[in-house]
Parts: sequence; structure tokens; C-alpha cells
Amino acid sequence: MNLGPHGDFIVAAYAVTAFAVTALIAWVVLDYAAQRRILGDLEDRGITRRSQRKS
Amino acid sequence: MAVIDLANPTRFLTLVNRVLPWLAVATLALFAIGLFLAMNAPDDYQQGATVKIMFLHVPAAWLGMFGWALMSIAALGTLVWRHPLADVAGKAAAPIGATFTFICLVTGSLWGRPTWGTYWVWDARLTSMLVLLLLYLGVLALYWTAEEPGRGARAAAILSLVGAVNLPIIKFSVDWWNTLHQPASVFRMGGSTIDPTLLTPLLIMALAFTLLFLTLHIAIMRNEIMRRRVRSMRLMQAQELAEAT
Repeated sequence: MNLGPHGDFIVAAYAVTAFAVTALIAWVVLDYAAQRRILGDLEDRGITRRSQRKS
Repeated sequence: MAVIDLANPTRFLTLVNRVLPWLAVATLALFAIGLFLAMNAPDDYQQGATVKIMFLHVPAAWLGMFGWALMSIAALGTLVWRHPLADVAGKAAAPIGATFTFICLVTGSLWGRPTWGTYWVWDARLTSMLVLLLLYLGVLALYWTAEEPGRGARAAAILSLVGAVNLPIIKFSVDWWNTLHQPASVFRMGGSTIDPTLLTPLLIMALAFTLLFLTLHIAIMRNEIMRRRVRSMRLMQAQELAEAT
């Protein structure tokens, strides 16, 4: 594939997009893992939400 | 399951866990097809191979605006009906919309240098898009710095509604003012002016980016619901400790 005389601009555009999208996905995945871990810790210590409590 | 049932966070989480893997696979498949078509698309007769930047720039611009439109609709849900999921939806759309607006500005700049001879001009389209990015950063700051989440949500909802004024300015800036940026060439009266060999990969890439937006949106909504549960459980714990002492 020949990108012509302005190939650097095309490669840079795709690289910036890939970096930004990857960073966003990584943040979402890491945040999900963190929230799951914290929720698990709280539940292990017997802490529940009001709606989960049996009267 | 009725649509209204999804307004319940627990039911929403169940649905998200079921739908998310399928959405992710569909997004990847569409990106594979879209990128293959984009890489094999012919050069433009004037711009040469730099037209390949269009396959990123145009969907990013659409989704940057779509994100704010979504936040504005969610803002109505927050301010009028005070529904917690509306606020979650608005908050989840902000980082995605900001990322796409950033991609739009950077790829546009990298496309402008070989095409126009400059990275940036203060014309109405570029400036209004930069304003959109600044508005996104403002909303994110409101959400992330508010001491009390409810107060942050209301402030962000008001800014979302006020900022919606910028959307028609972005869309019609190329018609209302004399801009270096070209006028609409895909969705316009009289049909698209783009050749089908370039239009097809553009639309498939746009669909892939839209699916990516939706996938990330519901994933971030799930994270936010979990974060609020953590907060409510910690508050309960603190309350119980206070009552015990």
C-alpha cells in the first residue's frame, strides 16, 4: 500500500486514534476490575446495601 | 421484559452482562471489515491517499456531537424526572464524547496540514468543535470534583443543556459563515457528493465507531452503577459505626 508523500500524516492520524481508543478501553476495563474488587471486599466483610437486607 | 424495566439498575446490569460480549464481538468484526475497506480504498483525485484520514475524522466528529446530544437528553431525565439512571447515562457519555471530539480535532489537524497547508485556522467549524471539547472537559470536571454526586450531576445536566446550543452551530457553521472547512458532503440535500468507493468504507467505519461508542457507554454505565453501590455501602457502614459508638 502506497501512502504517497503525506504518509506520515496518515500514519500519525491512525496512531493517535488507536492510542486514544485503547486508553479509553483500558480505563473502562481497569475501572470495572477495581469496582468488582471493592464490592467483593465489602460483601466479604458482611456489608450489604439496604435493599439486600432481609427484614 | 418491558423497556421501562431497564430503568431499574439491577435489571440493567443483568442485561448489560448478557449483551456486552456480543456488542464487543460485533464492534471488532465491523472494525475489521471497515479497516480492510479503508486501507484498500482508492486515492482521492485531489487529496491522494490523505483521504484515508476521513475514515477516522468524520465518524469521530459525528460521535463527538452524538455524545453531547445523548448527554442533553439524559440531562432532561436528571432534571425533570430525577431518574438516577439518566444521570449515570449522561456521566458515562462524557468521557467517550470527549475522546471522539479529541480524535476529531487531532485527525482534522493532521488532514489539514497536507490539504490546506496549515494545522489550524480559527474558522467557525474548527473553533466550535474546540468549544465542544472544552465543554466536555468542563462537564467531566463537574462530575469528578463534586463533593456530593447529586449536586455534581445537576450542575453537569444544566451545562449539558446549555452546551447543546453549540450543536447546531457546529453543524451549520459551514453554511452560516465562510469557512476553510468544506460544507456537508455525506448527509445533504441532493445526496452525497462522495464517490461510492470512498462512501462505503466511510459508512462502515462510522457504524463500527458507533457500536464502539454504545459498547463503551453501557460498560461505563455498569462501572458507574457499581461505584454508586460501593459509595452507598460505605455510607451504610459509616452510619452503623456511628450508631454503635
